[in-house]
Amino acid sequence: MSQPLLSVNQLTMRFGGLTAVDAVSFDVHRNHITAVIGPNGAGKTTAFNCITGFYKPTDGQIVLTHSDDREFKLEEMEDFKISQTAKVARTFQNIRLFGGMTVLENLMIAQHNYLMKASLYTLAGIFNMPSYQRAQKIAKEKAQFWMDRIGITDRADDPAAALPYGDQRRLEIARAMCTDPVLLCLDEPAAGLNPRESEELNALLRSIRDTNNVGVLLIEHDMSVVMEISDHVIVLDYGRKISDGTATEVRNDPAVIKAYLGVVED
Amino acid sequence: MTPTQSSTSGYIEMVKRSLIATVIAFFLFLPTLGIKTSASGGVTGLFLQYRWTLLAVGCGLIFIGRMAIEIFGQKHEGQPKAAKAPSALNVFFGSSKVAKAVGPLLLAFAIVFPFLPFSDRYILDLGILIITYVMLGWGLQIVVGLAGLLDLGYVAFYAVGAYSYALLSIHFGFGFWLCLPLAGVLAATWGVVLGFPVLRLRGDYLAIVTLAFGEIIRIILLNWRSFTGGSNGISSIPRPSFFGLPFNQEPGGFAATFGLEYSTSQRIIFLYFLILALAIFTFFVTARLRRLPIGRAWEALREDEIACRSLGINTVNTKLSAFAIGAMFGGFAGSFFAAKQAFVSPESFNFMESATILAIVVLGGMSSQLGVVFSAIAMVGGVELLRQLQFLKVLFGPDFDPSQLRLLLFGLAMILMMLWRPRGLVSTRTPTVFLKDEKAVSAAMISQGRG
Repeated sequence: MSQPLLSVNQLTMRFGGLTAVDAVSFDVHRNHITAVIGPNGAGKTTAFNCITGFYKPTDGQIVLTHSDDREFKLEEMEDFKISQTAKVARTFQNIRLFGGMTVLENLMIAQHNYLMKASLYTLAGIFNMPSYQRAQKIAKEKAQFWMDRIGITDRADDPAAALPYGDQRRLEIARAMCTDPVLLCLDEPAAGLNPRESEELNALLRSIRDTNNVGVLLIEHDMSVVMEISDHVIVLDYGRKISDGTATEVRNDPAVIKAYLGVVED
Repeated sequence: MTPTQSSTSGYIEMVKRSLIATVIAFFLFLPTLGIKTSASGGVTGLFLQYRWTLLAVGCGLIFIGRMAIEIFGQKHEGQPKAAKAPSALNVFFGSSKVAKAVGPLLLAFAIVFPFLPFSDRYILDLGILIITYVMLGWGLQIVVGLAGLLDLGYVAFYAVGAYSYALLSIHFGFGFWLCLPLAGVLAATWGVVLGFPVLRLRGDYLAIVTLAFGEIIRIILLNWRSFTGGSNGISSIPRPSFFGLPFNQEPGGFAATFGLEYSTSQRIIFLYFLILALAIFTFFVTARLRRLPIGRAWEALREDEIACRSLGINTVNTKLSAFAIGAMFGGFAGSFFAAKQAFVSPESFNFMESATILAIVVLGGMSSQLGVVFSAIAMVGGVELLRQLQFLKVLFGPDFDPSQLRLLLFGLAMILMMLWRPRGLVSTRTPTVFLKDEKAVSAAMISQGRG
């Protein structure tokens, strides 16, 4: 297989005496959906926060490789830099949209760095120069594209907090995609969705994988989502990786069955 | 229980609660309103004077007020907050068409204001004061309203601007128009200097540190006598001239050049238009900034800082830019203040000023520029108006000084605002960009920021 998009090597995160993530290694590939699963408290979100820079890992390396072979050592980068230069986008377990701002505004803020440069750090913007107007138009078109794709264009001018829950989930993914990521990290995207909404989410994630040249890394509890769309599943338990493989391989792994259902005494 | 029965017992309950409030008020008012120590009357020492009428009036007002709250407050009880119909003010200002019409009307009024028959020197001075506060309000609105950073020391930047003009013009002979941008730059620099260490703090902590910073600036101005003149301040600051024409009786002065009769009001009118121009400049720049990526990032910061970082927004720079640009407008206003007064002293930059400016922003609504105009008129003009309550002398006798009631009534107005319009006069926000139609976002959705 080609060089992995993201390579996590011996990632360890300790909070005082508690080792939340213990020497975990895995790879994420471009145009693949990689799922991280595990029981509650297995260290999934902690690993996630390390990759996206919200925690500084105690030990280990996280290397992201762009298609032009530029390498980024994510464990050394600040969180906003990881999104800005390494192009890793993320969503949150508890939705973090800008609730008082409209859907369109949410998608425009995601293009902040692009628009900031186009407005020459506000100078060209103040005088409304043509170069800025063009950039604004391009940004709006991109927002429009994503709104069409998740089917909420008719609610473009409504505040994000007024959307139904499922739409908010998908808007958060669209917002992350507006930053032009190479790696999209989703923290429990199907949490709280009904079966029909889960189905829509699966379709969206598949189409993102197939058309946007990104790697998708997701944490999920909803096994119907995991088993259906994942190309690769990683199982964590008590901070350690206990299994790694395709959905079918993992499903039949005795270690995974033990972690989820307990030991069968015989 | 039939509806009639329930409403009768409801009214009895209401009267009961009102009576309890009145009894509490009676005991509170007894020492404050009912008894007065007096030294006059030919007796040596103090003696007590009883004012039963006043006490009765006070208690009566409490009873009526409480009944009014019971009757009008009851309608909303049991209804969810979101279901409440949008208030008239929000409907009025929330629709951008109305707001777009009200703005030019206000501006037109502001332009003809100095030439209206009632505009004497006192009224014009009040106008200048109100517009200064409008400008300060717009400056602080960037920091508090948009970026959601609670700044209790905004007056420090006002002071930096004022002293910048005073010192630069006295020591280097710089004119007003040169000092104005310099004052803005210096104030913005101080904004960054202050902002850098404190912006990692949030909420209450940020408020306390900015409050302390405001006091530090004032105390430095007070104690660095060789530089700032200490509590004596700096006097005889050069006044701004009309493109090089001074406002005096000399042959080269403004009046002589334009063939007008010399009058002191010419200078006041000039100052009025100067601050009006500065305020209009502030308005357009802040309104434009809000619709730029930087302005959207400020608002996003107020909504959710972590989400901002996840989208690659450098939150430190964004906060600093809000602080610096807010401070810059404070600096402009300060430099105008020094030019107008021709005298600056640390006394003008105490915490009350910061509190007034903050109150104007909060009262006006966090993201409505029009709201700030109305609240500045109410806060500055209204408080002045309260000095004129001569009719109260009829009620309380000729010795009564209505200006003493000023702050009491002001406090009452603030409490009423808290009850009925906790998110300010105009609580909705207008989106910065729209696809089809611009709909105001209701206050219930907007987060206020945690510093």
